Amino acid sequence: MLCHTALHRAAQVARHLAAQGAPVVIHVDGQVPRPQHERFVRALADLPRIRFCRRFRCEWGTWSLVAATQAAAEMVLAEFPEVSHVYTVSGACLPLRPLAELEAYLARHRGMDFIESVTTEDVGWTVGGLDIERFTLFFPFPWRRRRWLFDRFVTLQRRLRVRRAIPEGVVPHLGSQWWCLTRRTLAAILSDPRRPALDAYFRRVWIPDEAYFQTLARLHSHRIESRSLTLSKFDFQGKPHIFYDDHLQLLRRSDCFVARKIWPEAERLYRAFLAPAGTGPALAEPNPGKIDKVFSRAVERRTKGRPGLYMQSRFPNENWENGKTCAPYSVFEGFCELFEGFEGWLARTAGGRVHGHIFAPGRVEFAGGERVWNGALSDSAALRDYNPRAFLTNLIWNTRGERQCFQFGPADNQAVSWFIATDPNAQISVVSGAWAVPLFRSKANFSELRRTAARLQKVEAGHLEILRSPWTKARVRIWTLADFVENPMEPLQTILDEIVPRGLRRPTEAPRLVDLTGFGRFLQQLRNEGMQPVLMGDFPASDLPAPPLRRPVAARLS
Amino acid sequence: MVAVAGRGGQAVGILSAYGLRLARKRWRFRAFRKRRELSAVVDRTGRIRGRDLLLFSTLRNERLRLPYFLRYYRELGIDHFLVVDNGSDDGSREYLAQQPDVSLWTTEASYKRARFGVDWLNWLQMRHGHGHWCLVVDPDEFLVYPFCDTRPLRALTDWLDASSIRSFGAMLLDMYPKGPIDAQPYREGQDPFEIAAWFDSGNYTISRNWLYNNLWIQGGPRARMFFADDPARAPALNKIPLVKWHRSYAYVSSTHMLLPRGLNLVYDEWGGEKASGCLLHAKFLHTLTGKAEEELRRGQHYAGSAEYRAYAATLAETRDLWCKWSEKYINWRQLEILGLMSKGNWA
Repeated sequence: MLCHTALHRAAQVARHLAAQGAPVVIHVDGQVPRPQHERFVRALADLPRIRFCRRFRCEWGTWSLVAATQAAAEMVLAEFPEVSHVYTVSGACLPLRPLAELEAYLARHRGMDFIESVTTEDVGWTVGGLDIERFTLFFPFPWRRRRWLFDRFVTLQRRLRVRRAIPEGVVPHLGSQWWCLTRRTLAAILSDPRRPALDAYFRRVWIPDEAYFQTLARLHSHRIESRSLTLSKFDFQGKPHIFYDDHLQLLRRSDCFVARKIWPEAERLYRAFLAPAGTGPALAEPNPGKIDKVFSRAVERRTKGRPGLYMQSRFPNENWENGKTCAPYSVFEGFCELFEGFEGWLARTAGGRVHGHIFAPGRVEFAGGERVWNGALSDSAALRDYNPRAFLTNLIWNTRGERQCFQFGPADNQAVSWFIATDPNAQISVVSGAWAVPLFRSKANFSELRRTAARLQKVEAGHLEILRSPWTKARVRIWTLADFVENPMEPLQTILDEIVPRGLRRPTEAPRLVDLTGFGRFLQQLRNEGMQPVLMGDFPASDLPAPPLRRPVAARLS
Repeated sequence: MVAVAGRGGQAVGILSAYGLRLARKRWRFRAFRKRRELSAVVDRTGRIRGRDLLLFSTLRNERLRLPYFLRYYRELGIDHFLVVDNGSDDGSREYLAQQPDVSLWTTEASYKRARFGVDWLNWLQMRHGHGHWCLVVDPDEFLVYPFCDTRPLRALTDWLDASSIRSFGAMLLDMYPKGPIDAQPYREGQDPFEIAAWFDSGNYTISRNWLYNNLWIQGGPRARMFFADDPARAPALNKIPLVKWHRSYAYVSSTHMLLPRGLNLVYDEWGGEKASGCLLHAKFLHTLTGKAEEELRRGQHYAGSAEYRAYAATLAETRDLWCKWSEKYINWRQLEILGLMSKGNWA
């Protein structure tokens, strides 16, 4: 058992193990002050099967940890001849199952060495990218205290192509330092005639405690079971996860023998697992799957986060969002200008939530004219325009599980143009030039209409340019007004199919196009006034009503 | 401080890095000067031990709130409270002086000219906070962090230490009752969130301050109700209340941001989530009405007490912050699911 802090907990665990008949040899870090060490030794003095080995000053990632382990292991083998297996634990480990169950387990797997031992090519966990280089470079600087020098020196050696020779027959393996070896294997490692040479080599390997026994076991063991019996999980920085009181049930169900590492003040865990053993040995296999899931989710949350979420501790730089918004949504441009009651129709046909122009200048036109929406989003245009992007991402986040559709047009605040265009979650359908239809129907002062038309056309042209740019990632469809009215149902059906996969919902009615009689004439009038309406496509200037426009088109929909 | 290149295109040069260094020294010097405004009522700081968790607070006339405030934070595991009393006359001072784990200073000096108490607390932290985890909160702010129902604050700070994290962010979450805010008077010792149980879950906007690297968060009921026409003036909600203090650190503006600015990076910029908490804000209780009037008279608050003026005006009118999309508070897990805080990689 290797200890350096929270010695009172280590003492508790050692006492628990000794009480069940296991001899324990403890290594106390040389940095622990003498009075503390003496108190620790005194606290365990009543137990003859607890011994203390020679102390080394241990520093993370250095040979001292191997030296300590060697010293302790030699002491076990020498002083307790009846011992058949040696299990390394730390002071922050906690045995989860009675020793008898471990003994039974080891007896069932006779002669097996439980030591995680993976070749350097296959390890996925090394943080910082050093794997085989741990064995082939020199590491004179401590990583923890002299990070900068450490990194520079590694870079320098890479550039100079420095390579240490690996001793013959040694194939570098890495793995957890918490292993359980048979007496035979451990003795063979410790009494290897080449040991002085091997020790000298490993002394300069980086993090030898994760390599020494893991590599040498491959030379001496007959049967290696490459996994650790100790439950120990690492986070994305390579630092062990810590267990707390609320992990009690999780740990119980894991059926692992030992867990690392335990928060020293997790009183409930210590009390629960160090209680005297109950019934006879259970034979369950260790099953850390559930705990694995909890911790791998934690790592994922820390590295990837929840897509589309912007909050106090997740504020990704642009293009690092891993999902600009959290769910697909649809943007309709020009549809409600062209169809009567389009919003209601879409809501009935496609489901989801259909808003009006949520970026309209006066107020946010939430569905149903609501003043507040999910998440207490206000309909105040000032609040929205203060940060339009946040408004949109909030809306999509707040309504997770319900598809949002909204109308957009050149009269609206255009600040989110780039954002929606580059968002793969956006489905943008545009009938270009449809903004002219309400103008045409408004019968207002013509010179004013003309000015408005010119402004809207300019805004929409800019918006379309963005939608057509090579950076656009949204699902964009653009029709000119002329093309669209010629055959409106086919595009609508395509859009619907994307929102609701075909077959789920059959549209029972078709939306009604507004009456466009005289629209061509209106455009011609604009032209006559010196404006050039281009976004509508080719509309005949004649007054002839185009027959297909007014025909109900339900037949196509079914 | 080494010159830092700003990420994301905005280059922050050596000059501004040096400028910030000077600013930090100036704030610290200012705090040093302001120490003379404080006189100790009871100084029990001699009892502070090496690993103690400290709480720092400035207050004025909060007698009613104090019993629950102290209980809440004692239960989380705060070992010592260091409090500046800014001229209370409601018995707050006498009450605090009796508490065995409180050290109390008093001052009649201007709250505003002490930069809303920041100078005083910077000084106390410089003096007593070095090497400790320090929590700086107002008496109406209640820290909620991941697993706070099962793990004491020490579990969090130990984990932060082990992860080499020096500061922990906790956004201010305004809580309010359903109905007029003075319908249900708050009783001494009561959990204020029995009354102010509601909050806004998803109307917060964030922008980044490229000089100090902190986030600027606005929104919530205050933006929705009081600043709907002038959102830029809505109060900031970003806070970094928990810091492993070093005597060279300084809070710049309330607990919204710190120097050195590396401490402000409590958020991940590459898509991941860091661990964070929330400060439940029990401001909207019946006590606010009187407070708003008094603060308006004193004019000692931020931006000409514009905030209090807005409260007074709006509350006289509608008196209700609740809307049908208000969310009722359950626990921290709810806040985490809603995306207001995160467990990060703490599991």
